Amino acid sequence: MSHSVSRLGGHGRRAGRQDTAEEAPLIRWLLIGVALLFVCAFLLVPLVIVFSSAFADGLDAYLDALADDETLSAVRLTLLAAGIAVPLNLVFGVTSAWLLSKYEFPGKSALVTLIDLPFSVSPVIAGLIFVLLFGAQGWFGSLLSAWDVRIIFAVPGIVLATTFITFPLVTREVLAVMQAQGSDEEEAALTLGATGWQILWRVTLPKVKWGVIYGVILCNARAMGEFGAVSVVSGHIRGETNTLPLHVEVLYGEYAFVGAFAVSSLLALLAIVTLVLKQWVEWRAERRTADLATGAAPPTVARTVPAG
Amino acid sequence: MRIAAALSTLLVLCLGVLSCRKDGAADVTLLNVSYDPTRELYGEINAEFSAHWEKTTGQSVRIRQSHGGAGKQARAVIDGLEADVVTLAIAFDIDAMHERAGLLPKDWQTRLPHDSAPYTSTIVFLVRKGNPKGIRDWKDLVREGVSVITPNPKTSGGARYNYLAAWGYALREFGEEGAAQNFLARLYGNVPVLDSGARGATTTFAERGIGDVLLTWENEALLSLKELGDKADLELVVPSVSILAEPPVALVDTYADKHGTRKVAQAYLEFLYTPQAQRIAGKHFYRPSGASAAAEFADQFAEVTRFTVREIAGSWREAHEKHFADGGVFDRIYQPGAKAARAR
Repeated sequence: MSHSVSRLGGHGRRAGRQDTAEEAPLIRWLLIGVALLFVCAFLLVPLVIVFSSAFADGLDAYLDALADDETLSAVRLTLLAAGIAVPLNLVFGVTSAWLLSKYEFPGKSALVTLIDLPFSVSPVIAGLIFVLLFGAQGWFGSLLSAWDVRIIFAVPGIVLATTFITFPLVTREVLAVMQAQGSDEEEAALTLGATGWQILWRVTLPKVKWGVIYGVILCNARAMGEFGAVSVVSGHIRGETNTLPLHVEVLYGEYAFVGAFAVSSLLALLAIVTLVLKQWVEWRAERRTADLATGAAPPTVARTVPAG
Repeated sequence: MRIAAALSTLLVLCLGVLSCRKDGAADVTLLNVSYDPTRELYGEINAEFSAHWEKTTGQSVRIRQSHGGAGKQARAVIDGLEADVVTLAIAFDIDAMHERAGLLPKDWQTRLPHDSAPYTSTIVFLVRKGNPKGIRDWKDLVREGVSVITPNPKTSGGARYNYLAAWGYALREFGEEGAAQNFLARLYGNVPVLDSGARGATTTFAERGIGDVLLTWENEALLSLKELGDKADLELVVPSVSILAEPPVALVDTYADKHGTRKVAQAYLEFLYTPQAQRIAGKHFYRPSGASAAAEFADQFAEVTRFTVREIAGSWREAHEKHFADGGVFDRIYQPGAKAARAR
């Protein structure tokens, strides 16, 4: 990179400039070709296969497969798990990001590392942790069975596992935005006499709004798509503790290929919706910053447009 | 705070969808924790039993199913998956429920006829159409260049039967354990990949096209021939001798008593022995234990001499300790990648 820049900079050296001019298109097309090939092979072809297998026996078979009782119950369970995990992680994510970006305290870097724990352990281990804690032979097993409370192999276990797995997503997104933006405005608000709540609601949250939405979208996608951890704590009771990804595996194992791919297509659609939303959020966030930079703020401050 | 509003709307929507779920209108529900290949079988038996029970007692019953690898399922029941009845692949897994958690008495296997096995099966071979490698019997599996697909006997009940069937053949053929162990070492030297369960191995063989021969349950083989049909281009080969597979069923006393379902759970297991349920077993390629159903489906099953686990290994516990426990025969004869090393 720096090499070619210095070449371009050196106007006097003709040969060098000609080289770059000849090389560039070839390399560019090669790179574009490789990228396109990879995108097709690893992203587009699987998507096409999912949808073509789902519609292999026609639209009626597809709709029948989706209207199946067990499929509907999987949809409900997945919505429930995500519906609980996402709000929980939203509240936790925003508060922890606020804490980590605005305050200094001992053990802060350890906390940042710990928040990433669910990313670094294998989902299977995450599931087994809950079995070891709440299983009949686990730490709290006898207590739970005395109270007749069921956690694993029931809905609470699935919600717990989903929450655990998606734990870092909102924090990570919001923390990055908060750190990039600094605390100048908050400090200004403080000198003007704003209370903590006022600063949070009127200054900080509006500033990081798009980061929060982005985090929620990612969190939701992962919550609905999680397989490993949920599989360990599910117990696989049909029509009861199978989430959408687990149900896909069940159907595939039963040679019900249309059903399996019909349900897969729901998850694929979720992925596509997630991507579109993400793109839209990024576009909105960028436009907003651009508006702020060109409109309200004096031209000298316009340099603070974040890249990408 | 449009975000908060949007989120709460979403939440309300979710709860709405959830609250309109079809409520379990049944008077009583049972949970049957089973292994992988019985999905279709119990799907049909459950419907018949519900009808039968409602007709005789007026009580409606719903049976919930859970399927997975046999060892994994047993582990889940021990960890608190509250099964009223278990219908698993090998007695060893139900023994573990007694030993590790005391969920049922030690003599559970004597509580129902035929050692608590309402239907039986055996281990057969599936080969590619036309049998290009000419595989007829166990001895052909150890030939150079034959690739054998069988799941991991440490995790799969079916795979333990595969292993013990080969062991039984070798014992009969060579008459002594050293040679039998040698035979198994050569056989597992021909296994390129160990799947964790029977369905996974079937998929590896039939769908992904890996291997020359698949060792599998007879019911699984006949089912995949039916389901995949001409698409899969497979053929069934029945060896000269094989093992008598007895997938056992049992009432899980602790959980059934906790749920107050002992009576209906017991009736459910006894129902498995009725001619009605036996016919369903036959239809799903399990060998019925009842005489009339056995006669009806006799054409479906090849004649094969079957030895029992007891004859060749004593008991499941002894078989486990000798062959499958850590440091047992299987660990000694199977080293991943050993084949590549030997080929050099």
